[in-house]
Amino acid sequence: MHIQIRPILAALRRHKAGTLLIALQIALTLAIVCNALFIIHQRLANLSAASGVDEANVFVIANMWADLDRSTEQVDAQVRADLLALRQLPAVRNATPASGYPLRGGGWDNFVTMTPEQVKPTTDAAVYTGDEHFLDTLGLKLVAGRNFRPDEVMVMGTQQAITPPTAIVSQALADRLFPDGNALGKSFYAMGTAPSTIVGIVDPLHRQGVDQWSNGYAGQALIWPLRADDERGIYYIVRAKPGQLADAMREAPKALYAQNRLRIIDPVDGIQDYATIRHKVYDRDRGMAILMSVISVVLLAITAAGIVGLTSFWVGQRRKQIGVRRALGARQRDILAYFLTENFLISATGVVLGAVLAVAFNLWTVTRFEMSHMSMAYVGIGVVALLLLGQGAVLAPALRASRVSPVEATRSV
Amino acid sequence: MFSYYLELALRSLKRSPGLTALMVLAIGFGVAASMTTWSVFRAVSGDPIPWKSAQLFVPQIDNWGPNGRSSDGEPPNAMDYADAMALMRDHRAKRQSAMYQISPSVVPAEAGKHPMNVSGHAVYGEFFPMLDVPFKYGSGWSASDDESRALVAVISSKLNQKLFGGAASVGRSVNIEGKDYRVVGVLDDWNPQPRFYDVVNSGGFSVNGDDVFLPFLTAIQADLPNDGNTNCNAVPKESGFVGLQRSECVWIAYMAELDAGAVAAYRDYLDGYARDQQRAGRFAWAPNGRLRDLRAWLDNQHVVPSDTKVSLLVALGLLLVCLVNTVGLLLAKFLRRSSEIGVRRALGAPRAAIYAQFITEAGIVGLAGGVLGLLLTGVGVASVGWVLPKDIAALARLDVSLLLLTLLVAVIATVLAGLYPTFRASRVQPAWQLKSN
Repeated sequence: MHIQIRPILAALRRHKAGTLLIALQIALTLAIVCNALFIIHQRLANLSAASGVDEANVFVIANMWADLDRSTEQVDAQVRADLLALRQLPAVRNATPASGYPLRGGGWDNFVTMTPEQVKPTTDAAVYTGDEHFLDTLGLKLVAGRNFRPDEVMVMGTQQAITPPTAIVSQALADRLFPDGNALGKSFYAMGTAPSTIVGIVDPLHRQGVDQWSNGYAGQALIWPLRADDERGIYYIVRAKPGQLADAMREAPKALYAQNRLRIIDPVDGIQDYATIRHKVYDRDRGMAILMSVISVVLLAITAAGIVGLTSFWVGQRRKQIGVRRALGARQRDILAYFLTENFLISATGVVLGAVLAVAFNLWTVTRFEMSHMSMAYVGIGVVALLLLGQGAVLAPALRASRVSPVEATRSV
Repeated sequence: MFSYYLELALRSLKRSPGLTALMVLAIGFGVAASMTTWSVFRAVSGDPIPWKSAQLFVPQIDNWGPNGRSSDGEPPNAMDYADAMALMRDHRAKRQSAMYQISPSVVPAEAGKHPMNVSGHAVYGEFFPMLDVPFKYGSGWSASDDESRALVAVISSKLNQKLFGGAASVGRSVNIEGKDYRVVGVLDDWNPQPRFYDVVNSGGFSVNGDDVFLPFLTAIQADLPNDGNTNCNAVPKESGFVGLQRSECVWIAYMAELDAGAVAAYRDYLDGYARDQQRAGRFAWAPNGRLRDLRAWLDNQHVVPSDTKVSLLVALGLLLVCLVNTVGLLLAKFLRRSSEIGVRRALGAPRAAIYAQFITEAGIVGLAGGVLGLLLTGVGVASVGWVLPKDIAALARLDVSLLLLTLLVAVIATVLAGLYPTFRASRVQPAWQLKSN
């Protein structure tokens, strides 16, 4: 089929304003949709990031002590008794003391250096503390080395700085510190004067926070064998037996209060399962993804409707010319091809301009709002989507145009 | 004359209901998206204390040196104990307060009630007059209460409701971490957003306000540990809360009230203080302090989430596309009536009359879009809770000014969009139109 571009261009020149407006609309839509798509994809990727935790069966109790006057020894005795009580519950598989947990939404992290004198840190790691039950309670996968031994677990009082001689690190941290592999048995310093030797490696293990600043340190975490007997409070991480999460979450606080009443477990968010923890920490990301999706859908719908509206108008305006062409021998599909090609030319102009705008907008948000660089794939997807949208939108009016009868040429002159 | 244009416009709009509906929908959605995101942006970027923010300042002291600075050379965003105490002792501002976040347990007097955990701040007595904190009963405490580490407390009206059933509880006592404190004041509803006196710890916004305020030195003496962020450039040499107080770790927020004339002098004072520390051998670097007024400080701490700004921008982009769309559709609609315009012009209607007629038509489309936009904005503001963290979503409100703004933006934007099509319509040559029909 031979398509004449020149008559189309000639006709478009008579509708300069309308042509430019559609092209501009397509360009702006492309620029916005590309960036929205990029944001949506980024946020969805965050939402599904692996934590390393057996999320279906694990929950966390935020246990605050009601009396601050106790010594570290007294707190430690209470913590041990609590853990024993928790582990004995029929629905519970294991429990560990902790100062934080993956996806908590922020918490303790330390700079890591290879030597004690090093001024500029090698990297940053989330710091977890727990006893020899930590790995099993969270359901972390040990990929190398061994778990902590009970005799390695040390006691850490309020604001006390202790550097245990052993540590288990995440694969990501091991790779960052020792790119050649073989991190096992090697040592590092994490803001202390004494080194910690790596005895085990787990993979994966998410950090506590999901903030943008920590993206560069994704998955980098270390676990120290410590019972954090802070006078203010402690987290108990509990892993229920499969399918018994609800039972375990009901029994656990009762068992703790039976041990000692002088504690505060917030009735609203003192006990959270991992579904809740994940839902909460990604609040912002999920919201942004939803908002961007809604805006993109509305935008595409309006642009499509705009193309339908304006093309319908043009078809109505040119009924006489179409009739003349038909009378002179043009077939229905020639007329159809004419409008499809016309729209393609306008859309192509629009997407070229739009691609430039999309990249410019992204670069601007990078410098202004600390967003990241957009891959060109999003622009590619956007271009294809808008070209298809344009062709789809123009189809109905173009079909109507192709059905204009040659008799129109003789009317109303 | 206007009623005539109104009638013409309505008749014209009725003639092509599809096109009209499309324009109204586009304007409605565009305006609603912009207004909903604007309501959120307005809520988080507002000045929490507009009558005084220009006199409130946050000093920063660089006690970590070049290695502890962020990439843009900023010193820590909080203070260590030694510097905060030195600034309080020197007392160079009109009013000032060091403060840190506490989370003590409160034991209700009634037997059998569980102890509860409350959040609050340890502050100096000047905190309350400095920030114009409203009281329902009583007042803050005096400087001598600060000095003597008196066991006094200011509580929120919410906590007053829980503990004393909302009674005027000044003079009664409340058990905090095992010690009896005398209530000297009960706050009126006060939960400024952002929580400007300690944005570092609240992240700016928090649905639940502080429930208890205790004198700073009393809290230190009672060993009430810091419940906010603690940032260290090195691990403290000694352990416990006392070890933290002797370390270079930063965990204390600080605010000072300065009259316009006193700002330069205070800046000099901060510089001099850092120089003294340098001379004494504590700092091995030149002074690198900061003194920002409240608005600059909120900006520096990125209190407005960048997500909020990006959302607003994208929504404004949507509105722009809707307007471009409207320009195109109005253009098509107006030019379709070239012959009608030709007849009117031939019968003596001046260009101005054509202008008035078509601008009226655009205005009506804008008004209809605005009314739809109002409804959609209502839906949008009511459902921001679905897409935003609750601390921020709770701030977005639908008020009269937002409603008026929605209508105004819709009408003005559509009339602007109608200008070019109207201009084109007014250029229609009467003779040409009459001839060709």
